[in-house]
Amino acid sequence: MTDLSSAALSARLEMVAPPKAPSAFSNALVFGWRAILKFKHVPEQLFDLVMTPIMFTLLFTFVFGGALAGSTSAYLQFFLPGILVQTVVFNAVYSGMGLSTDLGKGLFDRFRSLPIWSLAPFAGLMVGDVLRHLIAGAIILTIGLTLGYRPEAGIPGVIAAFALLLAVGFGMGWIFIVLGLLIRTPTTVMTAGFTFLFPLVFASNIMVEPQTMPGWLRAFVDVNPVSLMTSAIRGLMAGQASLNDVLMALLAPALLTLLLAPVTLWLYRRSDR
Amino acid sequence: MNDAVHMTNLQSRDERTLPAVSARGLVKRFGELRAVDGIDLDVPRGMIFAILGPNGAGKTTLMRMLATLLTPDDGSASVMGHDVIAAPHDVRASIAMTGQFASLDEDLTGRENLLLLARLWGFRGRSAKDRADNLLAAFELSDAAGRQVKTYSGGMRRRLDIAASLIVTPGVLFLDEPTTGLDPNARQSVWRMIRALADSGVTILLTTQYLDEADQLAARIAVIDKGRKIAEGTSRELKAATGSGFLHVALADPARLAEAEAILACHLTGTIQRSPEGAQLSVMAGSTDAASQAIAALIAARIELADFSMGSPSLEEVFFALTGGSGRLGKREKGD
Ligand SMILES: Nc1ncnc2c1ncn2[C@@H]1O[C@H](COP(=O)(O)OP(=O)(O)OP(=O)(O)O)[C@@H](O)[C@H]1O
Ligand SMILES: [Mg+2]
Repeated sequence: MTDLSSAALSARLEMVAPPKAPSAFSNALVFGWRAILKFKHVPEQLFDLVMTPIMFTLLFTFVFGGALAGSTSAYLQFFLPGILVQTVVFNAVYSGMGLSTDLGKGLFDRFRSLPIWSLAPFAGLMVGDVLRHLIAGAIILTIGLTLGYRPEAGIPGVIAAFALLLAVGFGMGWIFIVLGLLIRTPTTVMTAGFTFLFPLVFASNIMVEPQTMPGWLRAFVDVNPVSLMTSAIRGLMAGQASLNDVLMALLAPALLTLLLAPVTLWLYRRSDR
Repeated sequence: MNDAVHMTNLQSRDERTLPAVSARGLVKRFGELRAVDGIDLDVPRGMIFAILGPNGAGKTTLMRMLATLLTPDDGSASVMGHDVIAAPHDVRASIAMTGQFASLDEDLTGRENLLLLARLWGFRGRSAKDRADNLLAAFELSDAAGRQVKTYSGGMRRRLDIAASLIVTPGVLFLDEPTTGLDPNARQSVWRMIRALADSGVTILLTTQYLDEADQLAARIAVIDKGRKIAEGTSRELKAATGSGFLHVALADPARLAEAEAILACHLTGTIQRSPEGAQLSVMAGSTDAASQAIAALIAARIELADFSMGSPSLEEVFFALTGGSGRLGKREKGD
């Protein structure tokens, strides 16, 4: 089986010239296809992804819901948009881990030695992220609907909210791409990511309104980008969001993209790692 | 196969006379350490060229600079006529690199790995699939094509990794330690593959820690140590430079090694080399006469010999002579 006959091999090793160079866009699509293959081969990653939000939804709604909002159904109405934001924000950690794994294994050396658009692998990561956000978001929304959640703004509101979620995910994604480029051990990327994300997510208005919090904490919660995102998503699904809400929610993702996209490029091109 | 095109179309006539790889004074520093410390290299087209050196010699660093994965701190290099610093994209279009550690996506199947790369090169639809299937067949991986790479054995991985470098026939194929960690069978099969590739006109630059590998495969060998090139030539030239008429003795009792060394030193002028394992000594003997006298002296001292022979030095001895014994080369049995 390991015996490779050299005659058979040379007969099959014809000289192959490169075809017409593909476009940057087509390179990016190929990496997107890779992200989809990953879902097929590693479905566990989806399981990880949705289990936590599902548990949170059920626990918070049934354990704390009555106490926090008077009734479980009132709490679910408040909490569900928030858990969508939390899911998307946590999701972003996975592309950082994937990137770190790829870099650790030398897979990117192969990509970097190919004559392709150098940012194509990242575009592929983004495609994977978008898919993950959509799948996880859809699962959580379905569970919410089953439990009695009703988006007042109907389907257009949900679509607008999901569009904003993708933008949020895109912006947050850069943080983990940068971490993935800097840190070679995937689990460290995860730990670093969660250490940074937990305070952001918990000290926000995802779980409770900040009225009962001490003043100093409230001051933080009110400007926490995660709160701004949550308010906007909540507003969009309830049909009460103002343009200002949406713009405030987009502020952090836009800044992150402007700041970290060049950093990503620089880290990646700085080949002397 | 309709994608088969003559490689000669890709190169103009005068380019064909240039060396495939040419480097002048390449330097790469990592902090204080000069991992590659001024290396000149010329690899003629169509040749199998080996870079031989112990762990940490700078082999990988050198290859990565030539493959545009690392920027040199000093010096210059060109590959297939393209400058690695000024035109990295052109270099990438004419090379392929199989790194020291497999650069495959473990979660995907073997076939998907090749398809991914074929599509990145610009093959579409049917032709990408043909390319992947042809390579799988050529490397006898068709049966495992649908399995995830994480289930592959070391030898299968290595083959797939090399196949992944041949989606488009490269002008130069860089192979960083292509057989490290493989069993003798898998090694032989990688060797055959390398020879077949060279026969089809691909220039191959490979690194190895194994002298026999360099000896068996390569038309020329550059020996590097501590970031510097310490010798270059054909395996015959390297051996000749160290001198012929080597006396090798193996002792039955390793405890008497020092004693035997002293006796040999009395009778012969060459530097005595201890083999890294076992009770073996090698020394250059000017003549057979001098050698027989030395043997006689050993016998007179009642040092029992398990074996002795006269011959040209092995590459290993050449290496020890060149590095002054500083380099220890890997033994296959111990793996990495
Ligand atoms: N990214 C890096 N940062 C710091 N030092 C490095 C880096 N890469 C290599 N080195 C150092 O440079 C030297 C040469 O390393 P290199 O990997 O080129 O050796 P090698 O000949 O390939 O060895 P081996 O046979 O073990 O693969 C080593 O001392 C190594 O520790
Ligand atoms: Mg190496």
